[in-house]
Amino acid sequence: MNVPIRKFDAVIVGAGGAGLRAAIQLSEAGYKTAVLTKVFPTRSHTVAAQGGVAASLGNSEEDHWHWHMYDTVKGSDWLGDQDAIEFMCRKANEVVVELEHYGMPFDRLDNGKIYQRPFGGHMSNFGEKPVRRSCAAADRTGHAMLHAMYQRNVKVNTQFFVEWQALDLIRDAEGDVLGVTAMEMETGEIVMFHAKATIFATGGAGRIYYSSTNAFINTGDGLGMAARAGIPLEDMEFWQFHPTGVAGAGVLITEGVRGEGGILRNSSGERFMERYAPNAKDLASRDVVSRAMVTEINEGRGCGPNKDYVLLDITHLPPETIMKRLPGIHEIALQFAGVDALKEPIPVVPTCHYQMGGIPTNYHGQVVLGADSTPVPGFYAAGECACASVHGANRLGTNSLLDLLVFGKSAGESAVNDLRDSGRHHKPLPQAEIDNSVARVERLNSQKDGADVHETRLAMQRVMQKHAGVFRFNDLLKEGVQKIFAVADDVARTGIKDKSKVFNTARIEALELDNLVEVAKSTMVSAEARKESRGAHVRDDAHDTAETPNGRDDKNWLKHSLWHRDGNRLDYKPVHMKPLSVESIELKKRAY
Amino acid sequence: MNDGKHARIGRLKWHCRRALLELDLVFQRFWSHYGNELDDETEADLRKLLALEDHDLWDLVSGREETQDPQMERMARLLRQLVAAPGQQANILST
Repeated sequence: MNVPIRKFDAVIVGAGGAGLRAAIQLSEAGYKTAVLTKVFPTRSHTVAAQGGVAASLGNSEEDHWHWHMYDTVKGSDWLGDQDAIEFMCRKANEVVVELEHYGMPFDRLDNGKIYQRPFGGHMSNFGEKPVRRSCAAADRTGHAMLHAMYQRNVKVNTQFFVEWQALDLIRDAEGDVLGVTAMEMETGEIVMFHAKATIFATGGAGRIYYSSTNAFINTGDGLGMAARAGIPLEDMEFWQFHPTGVAGAGVLITEGVRGEGGILRNSSGERFMERYAPNAKDLASRDVVSRAMVTEINEGRGCGPNKDYVLLDITHLPPETIMKRLPGIHEIALQFAGVDALKEPIPVVPTCHYQMGGIPTNYHGQVVLGADSTPVPGFYAAGECACASVHGANRLGTNSLLDLLVFGKSAGESAVNDLRDSGRHHKPLPQAEIDNSVARVERLNSQKDGADVHETRLAMQRVMQKHAGVFRFNDLLKEGVQKIFAVADDVARTGIKDKSKVFNTARIEALELDNLVEVAKSTMVSAEARKESRGAHVRDDAHDTAETPNGRDDKNWLKHSLWHRDGNRLDYKPVHMKPLSVESIELKKRAY
Repeated sequence: MNDGKHARIGRLKWHCRRALLELDLVFQRFWSHYGNELDDETEADLRKLLALEDHDLWDLVSGREETQDPQMERMARLLRQLVAAPGQQANILST
């Protein structure tokens, strides 16, 4: 089938922080660059990031990139690649100052320097005491960042294709990446974007879970496209959960609520955290609180008709304290739980927040294959869709915005270098691959007795929440693998009633589900296989012993998972324990 | 519904995909309440409200901020009225 072909030097899929940063690099170097995005750039999920961006500027007190590196390695539970982590922490100051020069309105000290605030896990002198490392723009850091970078892109003539849904990654017989097929929502037309360099910056896939803090756009489109094109997905068992999302909605209730005296209760009204953490109680660390909540629910002490949530109680606090110190909580509880939090407790569950795994890359932002990390010609990735791997098994707060700045720039730079030095040209397109992509869309129009997209997505989300949630059990994981593949069978035969061409949201949601299910499969299979606890992957059968601290089994599991869609198989590659210039940060028990 | 209206509603629905989950949920509730049956005035009000930046939009919809614009005020009030009654957990299916 003939589809129109548009040629660019570089095509970037996704216009959140990573995509915009990569685009600046290419457009400034004079390369003809297209950015495809399904929503307007400043409505990307980067907007939701509030905490700030980590950089050891040392504006308020002494700080050093090496201390930041230590915190990141420790936070990752030693699964992060230490070369990539050193690279990121050393680059932090540079990318933050660049952003300042793009016009980012950072909060300032009286002396005009960027104000820095403390954040969980940020320590000075290799874990000694807290340090101010996070640079923020009030509580709208992500939003301000996107605006600054979008304006910069407009200035350097990046060409935006807004409201285009990328469909498939196109590779030739040699495995080189030659661009993507994409559909314009306004017309339903499919176009081949033929490029010498293709960068994925499509964000995370938090919508695989029933309870997720992620916006609806986070459907793992890049991961689905990569998996279908034969690129493995790395460390997909690692998802960061937040203990208190509103049950049934996912909206975050900030930790500040428990800080101000909020209490978690089970169905009999018991303050159950007293049993799990007698000292810290409700203020215990995120993972301890999440596990306690799941244990209460699993043992039948959950609340509500399905006994599937616990309650966060602030009714004992003075109303003026709630309204003054916890602004917004009253509205959130009313809007999304239907309760007046001054009078009734809020239903909460541990909620998926961030994806640590993704498309495997090196610290240059090049997508890599195999144990020896061979770059895929013409293919780069950055941000939450990529796995560099700097977050390892657990991300340190404010490193997500740093990740997208550093590796967005890095991916853009690598593409510029390859375009300039290796003489990359527009290789002939493999027509059969383009035809397959068009046929995937056409199937939706011709499917008889198709599975309902909404119901199938919901089935996937419930399986993921129950079988691969914040606290994991061997039997549930094994059963989960069977169930998620049954869901995948339904995804392969989804149908849509509305066949119209123009802004057909039903078609887009069906295409997004094709991507989500690949992420769900990779997560379930990788989680079932990893027989240890590490960072965010916590199993009840991995015990805390001298050889396996917190259930972490370095002897057998200090390695990255690689899930291959073809044949549903896993293989593994070693963690890079050797940094670029300093001594390796040696393994030890992760404790705070 | 004629083709023009169908396309306009499709576009509006897509523009309700936002950067913040809070807004996605509010608009999901809106569309499940109204279906595709928007009168022209409601359609125009919604289009105007959707031009706001996400944080400003959420501040308005959650009642933390007010607006002098009658169209946006009308739509924000309508969205606030779709909140579940206190004591009854909102029936929100994730998309």
